[in-house]
Amino acid sequence: MKATAWMGTDSVKVIDVPDPKIMNARDAIVRISTTAICGSDLHLYHGYIPAMRKGDILGHEFMGEVVEVGPQVRNLAPGDRVVVPFPIACGHCSSCQRGLYSVCENSNPNAGIAEKIMGHSPAGIFGYSHLLGGYAGGQAEYARVPFADVGPIKVPDEVSDDQAVMLADVFPTGYMGAEMCDIKPGQVIAVWGAGPVGLLAAASARLLGAERVIVIDRFPYRLRLAEEHIDAETINYDDVDVLDALNAMTAGRGPDACIDAVGLEGHHGNAAMYAYDRAKQAARVETERPFALRQAILACRSGGVVSVVGAYGGFVDKFPMGAFMNRSLVMRTGQCHVQRYTRPLLERIQRGEIDPSFIVSHRMPLRDAPKGYKIFQKKQDDCTKVLLKV
Amino acid sequence: MSRVDTVLLPELDGPVPATPPSALGLLSLALGVGTLVAPGPVARLTGVDDSPAARAVLPAIGLRELGSAAGLLSGRRPAGWAWSRVAGDAMDLTLLGRALADRGGARRRRVALTTLAVAGITAVDVLAAVRVGQARRARARVIRLEIAVTVNRSPAEAYRFWRDMENLPRFMAHLESVRADDLRRSHWIARGPAGHRVEWDAEIIDDQPNKSITWRSLPGTGVPNAGRVCFVPAPGDRGTEVRVELRYAPPAGALGRAVAKILGEEPEQQVRDDLRRFKQVLETGEVIRSEGSPNGISVRQQAMQRPAQPLPASRR
Ligand SMILES: [Zn+2]
Ligand SMILES: [Zn+2]
Repeated sequence: MKATAWMGTDSVKVIDVPDPKIMNARDAIVRISTTAICGSDLHLYHGYIPAMRKGDILGHEFMGEVVEVGPQVRNLAPGDRVVVPFPIACGHCSSCQRGLYSVCENSNPNAGIAEKIMGHSPAGIFGYSHLLGGYAGGQAEYARVPFADVGPIKVPDEVSDDQAVMLADVFPTGYMGAEMCDIKPGQVIAVWGAGPVGLLAAASARLLGAERVIVIDRFPYRLRLAEEHIDAETINYDDVDVLDALNAMTAGRGPDACIDAVGLEGHHGNAAMYAYDRAKQAARVETERPFALRQAILACRSGGVVSVVGAYGGFVDKFPMGAFMNRSLVMRTGQCHVQRYTRPLLERIQRGEIDPSFIVSHRMPLRDAPKGYKIFQKKQDDCTKVLLKV
Repeated sequence: MSRVDTVLLPELDGPVPATPPSALGLLSLALGVGTLVAPGPVARLTGVDDSPAARAVLPAIGLRELGSAAGLLSGRRPAGWAWSRVAGDAMDLTLLGRALADRGGARRRRVALTTLAVAGITAVDVLAAVRVGQARRARARVIRLEIAVTVNRSPAEAYRFWRDMENLPRFMAHLESVRADDLRRSHWIARGPAGHRVEWDAEIIDDQPNKSITWRSLPGTGVPNAGRVCFVPAPGDRGTEVRVELRYAPPAGALGRAVAKILGEEPEQQVRDDLRRFKQVLETGEVIRSEGSPNGISVRQQAMQRPAQPLPASRR
């Protein structure tokens, strides 16, 4: 089959690899119809996530048709059209049973390596390095889906591929980012990052009853999407000081909750600050450029919530602990527990409450994946989200 | 909290000394007290009663014996005290040698007998000191591991799975097979890289249903080992804390190198991985595989895991 493989920093290729096989009794094989390139694929592309190897198949957002199931999979059959959550979760450990699917205790066969860096291992993730399991990804013609009796859900005909594939990661992740804010009527929510997750976090904040939503980014075309589709207010940090702007917009209080949907490859309006973290990251002295996180903590109203769904890999420098502690902030974090959200969010799409595919800017065949990575990386051609059609 | 107490394993404590230090201590005590309480008869018996110097030297020797006795009976640094006895013996032999040269007749015969007796004691002391040292080094070589995992299953389920020893190779990466000969005895085969094989027989020495299992290798194996697994209900309804204690004495030589290879450079990490797979099997039914570690349980595969590789041109 054809698959998109990581070939080294800033290099992906579509190569021929062997078809996936059933390896465990609860596996399914899915013939992929639509798969997406994610902002966190760019972290792999740029080489910031350790334990990638040349030839690893990328992709953790995909959907398609079940073509084969292992003997223990009874809820799915060949022919079912399914979308697959990106965290691999067993459904039986105590984390899974508490709904914490992205920290499943059984799905990372390389947990020993992850423990050395993170203390405890999170769940395995498709196409996301040997640190998180060494699973082949879904930017390919076929994918093996472990624990297929727990993760994938069937997609009804009236929901399009473009809508459904958003349920693999970005929509549930954005939604969880908003849900962690405990939004109450009258509240103002600020979102750092107008990428797919940031936009869907802002849209979800609206769904959950936020009175005002403020989106912060530096690309005018992405901020325009936030204004047009979500009726959000926007701040371009290349033009104004974010903290001043937020204080002015909230009469000195600060937003009630701040969502970091940026993660480890943030940018900063201040060239010196950006250069400082960029240099440290390039030398691998720190793994993150946590501008959004620092700003979110400083901006948040006292007693408010900082919700982190942007991806981080390692250690953060200059974390404003004084502000965080002295102002009674709460931080909530997590890779999204996607399995918890797929069904309710599918129902919201079916009811017409939201169409998350408004973030999609590009659709192209799988063989053009290298081009898709490039324009998404360089934000060319007003690129927000690239779907690959197989 | 049920703390895992030490598994008793005499064979892992190294060779037992022929004359235990406490016996040497009692001998020292007897000699010391005798010499101090009755220096006259002791001097006559040993054949040095004609020397005025003996009156001064004998109590000193008695005090030295008492010192050795106290040291040996205290049980601390037995090897050091045993060697101190050897040094004392050497001193006594020197003095006796000088006395032998000066004397004649019946007295000379008594000094000769005393010298012979002291030489015998010296031999025992040397042997004891050597053995005590060996035992201490053997104990220092024994590797002890204590590792635990929480499994979302009842103690009874976890116990039942482990008690069927033939299940162990399903999650212990270095085990090729375990054959249960009967309810207590089993035959274990471990295989490492490069076809090295180590086999041993083990027996269950304590079995507390749903609580713990203690086993050890049978005497005579090249790799003495012992272990105990306890199944403790985890607080807050979270299943079972499975606590494993392992002890083994890697031998020297070629077998030792094979064992070291099988157990890897980080035996602790390997046991942790084994326990993680035990949890996987109990909670999900299987050891989970990925394309990066397709053989699930093979350590070698895990170390050498490779991503998808391009197909050879012939198969495209
Ligand atoms: Zn993603
Ligand atoms: Zn789980």
